[in-house]
Amino acid sequence: MSRPRIVIIGATSAIAEQCARLWVRAAVDIVLIGRDLVRVSRVAADLRVRSPHSSVTAHEVNFFNPASITTLAQKLAVEKAIDIVLIAHGNLPDQKECEQDITQAREALEVNGVSPVLFAEAFAQQMEPVGRGTIAVIGSVAGDRGRKTNYVYGAAKGLVERYVQGMQHRFAHSKINVVLIKPGPTATPMTAHLPQRGMASAEAVASRIIAAIDAGTPVAYVPAKWAIIMMVIRHLPRAIFNKLNI
Amino acid sequence: MVAVSSWGRLGQFEHQVHRLSDRLSVANQLQRDRYGLAFGMGRSYGDVCLNPGGVLWKTTGLDRFISFDENSGKLLCEAGVLLRDIQRLCLPRGWMLAVVPGTQYVTVGGAIANDIHGKNHHKAGSFGDHVLQFTLARTDGSLMQYRPADAMFAATVGGLGLTGVITEVELQLQRVPGPWLAVETLAYRNLTEFFDLADSSEADWEHTVSWVDCLSGEGRGIFMRANSVDAGKDQPRSGRSIKVPFVPPVSLVNQWSLRPFNSLYFHQKKSQRASVQHYETFFHPLDNVLEWNRIYGPRGFFQYQCVLPRSVGKEATQAILRRIARSGTGSFLAVLKTFGERESKGLLSFAMPGVTLALDFPNQGAPTLQLLSALDAIVREAKGRLYPAKDARMPVDLFESGYPRLKEFLTHRDSGISSAMSRRLMGN
Repeated sequence: MSRPRIVIIGATSAIAEQCARLWVRAAVDIVLIGRDLVRVSRVAADLRVRSPHSSVTAHEVNFFNPASITTLAQKLAVEKAIDIVLIAHGNLPDQKECEQDITQAREALEVNGVSPVLFAEAFAQQMEPVGRGTIAVIGSVAGDRGRKTNYVYGAAKGLVERYVQGMQHRFAHSKINVVLIKPGPTATPMTAHLPQRGMASAEAVASRIIAAIDAGTPVAYVPAKWAIIMMVIRHLPRAIFNKLNI
Repeated sequence: MVAVSSWGRLGQFEHQVHRLSDRLSVANQLQRDRYGLAFGMGRSYGDVCLNPGGVLWKTTGLDRFISFDENSGKLLCEAGVLLRDIQRLCLPRGWMLAVVPGTQYVTVGGAIANDIHGKNHHKAGSFGDHVLQFTLARTDGSLMQYRPADAMFAATVGGLGLTGVITEVELQLQRVPGPWLAVETLAYRNLTEFFDLADSSEADWEHTVSWVDCLSGEGRGIFMRANSVDAGKDQPRSGRSIKVPFVPPVSLVNQWSLRPFNSLYFHQKKSQRASVQHYETFFHPLDNVLEWNRIYGPRGFFQYQCVLPRSVGKEATQAILRRIARSGTGSFLAVLKTFGERESKGLLSFAMPGVTLALDFPNQGAPTLQLLSALDAIVREAKGRLYPAKDARMPVDLFESGYPRLKEFLTHRDSGISSAMSRRLMGN
């Protein structure tokens, strides 16, 4: 069998980078995409050292330009059919600043919500004619219910969830899997300013993500305990929920 | 603020932890924070890695490889890469780190800053002897490369993190036939026998180390020596590890447990001879017991590691062991080893020709500190030195007499970097 082709969007994110390290333990054809070629190339160099038998390429793209996204997806799919695309980019905005400055709110909604689903749609276009492949998108437990401490981020991730749900419905009778990953708080540079207690490591989250992708799990909470925690939070009556300082 | 402790668990101290992950922006981050200290895996025992109330720059996010030349064994990587990851990457390609300490859960940057040594010091020197170059970020915003001929190189190797933050390192690895070692185990009944074994093994054995029964007074122990071999087996060693699940309310190493344990270990091991061991078993036996430092209970422990010049090595070691035996305290973990006749590269490097003794002491407050002061007196008289990577309490005069090149070192310090240890031993 030939080397599977894996595309990672937001390849410099800590979780994506750990996923890539796990994937290159086997010989794979991995394509890294980010906003800054210097930083993506650094990740690529690391993966090449780890896995001389893999093919590793790095690309830069504008995360908000639909034409560039479509062109890139087309180009990559024409080179070789894509087996897996992992859409991992995003950043954690400051909720308070977003409330005071809606320009920041817009930016946060775009990078965490709009941009990921544009990538998902662009790669779906390429996978549909081939009829197989996996599209995995990193959402967040924050998308499960709006909370005063981070609803801008939560709303963007909620958008991702609804969009992915629709794609799952669309591809339900095909060999195209659409996987939504919902990590809980993970120790990454994105969360470095928060207390680290109870956070999962990026390595541990990455290995669960890869397991979910391999199994084609439609919605995967990582670590799994978050499925239970968020079920409780989603179902809390409003009167109680509103008393919580979360 | 986040509570951080070092490996000795002597206390928890609040720090502002800033995670580094982009090696090119490190110098800017340092300049912004201005006062801080690099922190890797926190495997040093005392206060060399702590900066209570201040900033720690956590380097474990700088964990990328940059290039590896399989023909020459030259590896370029970021400074937060773990020694374990280098071994796992390079061993299948026939290369290994030339020098490894007792744990592989340390960063390359930490290994340089403490100029760590291993069981092959007589053959390979210390970690700094295998560094071809590194890049150093300083709080003035500069990012510079240094090679062994540069003064800043000698200041940074063993420099306790006080000259800057290392971002990139080029290492020369060593060719090996595989992960296996042919190990011989020999009992010794006293220090005369120990030194005979050590001296007669130096020429033909790459690695030598010994476990010493710290309560025996005479210095009985088990001597181990090993060479790399092509064992022709390639099955992976079972990677099972256990974890000390919680901090027991009192130290599990105490006057009731220690003597029987040491006796049992000595008698069990003395009849062993030759075996073939995986490098992880031989070099890093404790790495399989996760969080083993918890066994000393909530008050933590001190590790005491000294090196004594060879001319008085035997007598001074004997005096130390007798003093410890009289106290009845100490630990099962006691190591005695000779260093080779070679000076280290760093201005503050620990390793020097002589014999080194390392032991743990559960922290029992004043009695423990009194005992350690008594040991200091022996080390001072022998013109020996203590290992800063292990230290939490050495007196300033012992530091100054042990490290005669300190003045020269101070001219290379980064004025925006400070640690609990530097404030304790260097005044700022």
